[in-house]
Amino acid sequence: MIKVNGREFPWEEGLTVKKLLQKKNYTFPSIVVKINDRTIAEDEYADALIEDGDDVKVIHLITGG
Amino acid sequence: MTVSKLKESHKLLAEYKYVPAKVDKGYTNKSLYVNLSGNKIKAKEVTAMMKEKFIGGRGFGLWYLWNAVTPQTKWNDPENEIIISPGPVAGITQYPGAGKSLVVTLSPNTQTVVDSNVGGYFGPLLKFSGWDALEVQGKAENDVVIFIDGSEGVVRVEEAPEEAVDSHLLAEQLTELYADCEEDKRNISVVSAGTAADNTMLGMLNFSFYDPRRKTVRLKQAGRGGIGTVLRDKKIKGIVVKFKGLKGNLNNPADFAKIVNTGVKLHKEINRLDDYQNRMRHNGTTFLAGIMNDYDLLPTCNFKFGSHPEGEKIAAPNWVKMFDAGKADGCWYGCTLACSKVVCGFELKTGPYKGQKVVVDGPEYETIAGVGSNCGIFDRDYILECNFYCDTYGIDTISFGTTTAFIMECYENGIINKEITGGLELNFGSKEAAMELLHQMARGEGFGKIAGLGIKRLKEIFVREYGADAGFLNDIGMEAKGLEYAEYVSKESLVQQAGFGLANKGPQHDEAWLIFMDMVNNQLPTFEDKAEALHYFPMFRTWLGLVGLCKLPWNDIVPESNKDTEEPAKIIEHVQNYVDLFNAVTGQNIDIDGMIRQSEGVYQFQRVFNLRMGFGTREYDKVPYRSMGPVTVEEYQSRQERYDGQLKELLGIDPEGKSTEEKIKLLRKYREEQYEKITDAVYERRGWTKNGVPKLETLQKFGMDFPELVELVKQHQ
Ligand code: SF4
Repeated sequence: MIKVNGREFPWEEGLTVKKLLQKKNYTFPSIVVKINDRTIAEDEYADALIEDGDDVKVIHLITGG
Repeated sequence: MTVSKLKESHKLLAEYKYVPAKVDKGYTNKSLYVNLSGNKIKAKEVTAMMKEKFIGGRGFGLWYLWNAVTPQTKWNDPENEIIISPGPVAGITQYPGAGKSLVVTLSPNTQTVVDSNVGGYFGPLLKFSGWDALEVQGKAENDVVIFIDGSEGVVRVEEAPEEAVDSHLLAEQLTELYADCEEDKRNISVVSAGTAADNTMLGMLNFSFYDPRRKTVRLKQAGRGGIGTVLRDKKIKGIVVKFKGLKGNLNNPADFAKIVNTGVKLHKEINRLDDYQNRMRHNGTTFLAGIMNDYDLLPTCNFKFGSHPEGEKIAAPNWVKMFDAGKADGCWYGCTLACSKVVCGFELKTGPYKGQKVVVDGPEYETIAGVGSNCGIFDRDYILECNFYCDTYGIDTISFGTTTAFIMECYENGIINKEITGGLELNFGSKEAAMELLHQMARGEGFGKIAGLGIKRLKEIFVREYGADAGFLNDIGMEAKGLEYAEYVSKESLVQQAGFGLANKGPQHDEAWLIFMDMVNNQLPTFEDKAEALHYFPMFRTWLGLVGLCKLPWNDIVPESNKDTEEPAKIIEHVQNYVDLFNAVTGQNIDIDGMIRQSEGVYQFQRVFNLRMGFGTREYDKVPYRSMGPVTVEEYQSRQERYDGQLKELLGIDPEGKSTEEKIKLLRKYREEQYEKITDAVYERRGWTKNGVPKLETLQKFGMDFPELVELVKQHQ
């Protein structure tokens, strides 16, 4: 299990940020991703591995419709 | 009929000559008062008190309306006013999104005060014509045009019997009629409604601007609250302003260089980042349709669901192909975010203008979701046609969409049938029937006339006439305070439920839109956090409507450094830009706290205004259960995994072996309790009693302790 924005989410071997965003269907373009408080740059999404137990934050910068 | 013939048919009822006041630090210090009952026109002073406590825009509207009406005044009494005010920052051309006007009136939908913000050139041109606000009271006997010529210094009320009522024709006719030549058309802006505003309670106002590149009149809408219905009830066909000689420094600001520098910073940001963020310059607000569908937030079939397999059809890329691209699309000079998209040469398939090729302003996200997905319709041509007709008929696309979606669910549940609808088969997805309903609204005929009353009145009729279950209709009828919901599914965001429910004018998202912060980002875990967000954001967003700014350049473009700030959701750099602009225009020296304080005073005033009109207490902050959770078995089962999980995790209840009905009941009890808790927390944060009335000390704190207000709230402490 990992945490995504404070809520539990199943972990799997080889889970990257890119895969996580796909699984969660997080398509909004302006986001900030952090793994255990370390900010991940957008060009690292495909390679940045998420370990079991990690605390992941995917903050969407959208505050207005 | 030719323009000269139209002109000849005009009969002068009143004329007022004046020397236009020069704008000084964003204010002309004068407002224009027109009473159509006695054809009186006069100037009023804008006092220092008004500027200090009410700032401008919505604030001025609220103050004038308060003084014009009594607790007994109804929306269609002659005492009711329509006030249009642009605010002190409006009219600058150096910073994107600075041409907004705020309109205030007593609403036929909510029976109390409503405000609506709108682009187009009217507000800035009104100011440069010498007026911080226009206040229209009374009722004309026959259709009139109010004409304000800021270059000549004259205001006229003219009977105008021959012009069209529908906005796409009327705005063209009036622009042509009052312009001296083609070049002069850009100096004119028209406020108008349309034939559906004559026959429904859902009327809106169009504010025009002339698009010289496309050689056509464009329309922006003050949609919410039935203001177009009030306009037509006053027998106003159009309000026209004309001002020649527009320049970038007409606000006569205290610090012009500061405005220029602040503007340059944002223009560069848009240029650098928009292509990688929301692509507003290409997509307009259509980008939201796909995003909302992906996050289960796109209202579908009367807010039952948040996404649909066909959602992709109405996502941005498909609209972009239809837009007339490559020309600047700002609704006021200097807006490089340019989201006012347009479809040209669209051939209409139905209605009185069938076969004609027209210009469609939009569609914007709310229209796509309202008349489209929420009615189970994913046909782009239908959405465009509906968008065009709503605009020209002067009907709010949000209220039309949400009302039609409600009717469709009633139809599918057998509450109403073909006999009642006069043969219209109003199932979800029935685009032909929905279009005919709209045309009926414009003609004031058939079931359209009833539908045009809006959801609150429809619920009463369906219960009284057709024996519908009032409880069910209250659950699925997406209105609060009498206003139809804006187009976002709020079920999974308690903060957004309260954002809609506790908004002063009813469930419109311009006060608070916090779904992502709450539901997706989970940044508001405690009730204290939620209440704080429901304090800050509504106050901040209200402020934009006091000074005349557009909300979109605040958060539809985000600077790179924002992610490293303490509270990224606030986009604090842009908030500071606004403070800088306000100070640079007015010569004042407020900070962000001062900005929120300005807003909070006006906000409290508006809450007490609701109280004065017989509303404004806790019972009026209730919301339909559909906005909180699944009403029907179908809804629950469509997201069973989510809801079952919540029963387990949040309530410690094992859903195994329970019927769906039982589970709906358990979840409902929990969610309704949560709503009460957040209501308590927000009231506390806003300085209100448990019944939602501002405390005396709150009014004192914000300098809103006028004797009349104090007297009123004292009765409710
Ligand atoms: S962002 Fe769009 S709505 Fe706002 S001022 Fe610019 S063009 Fe108008």
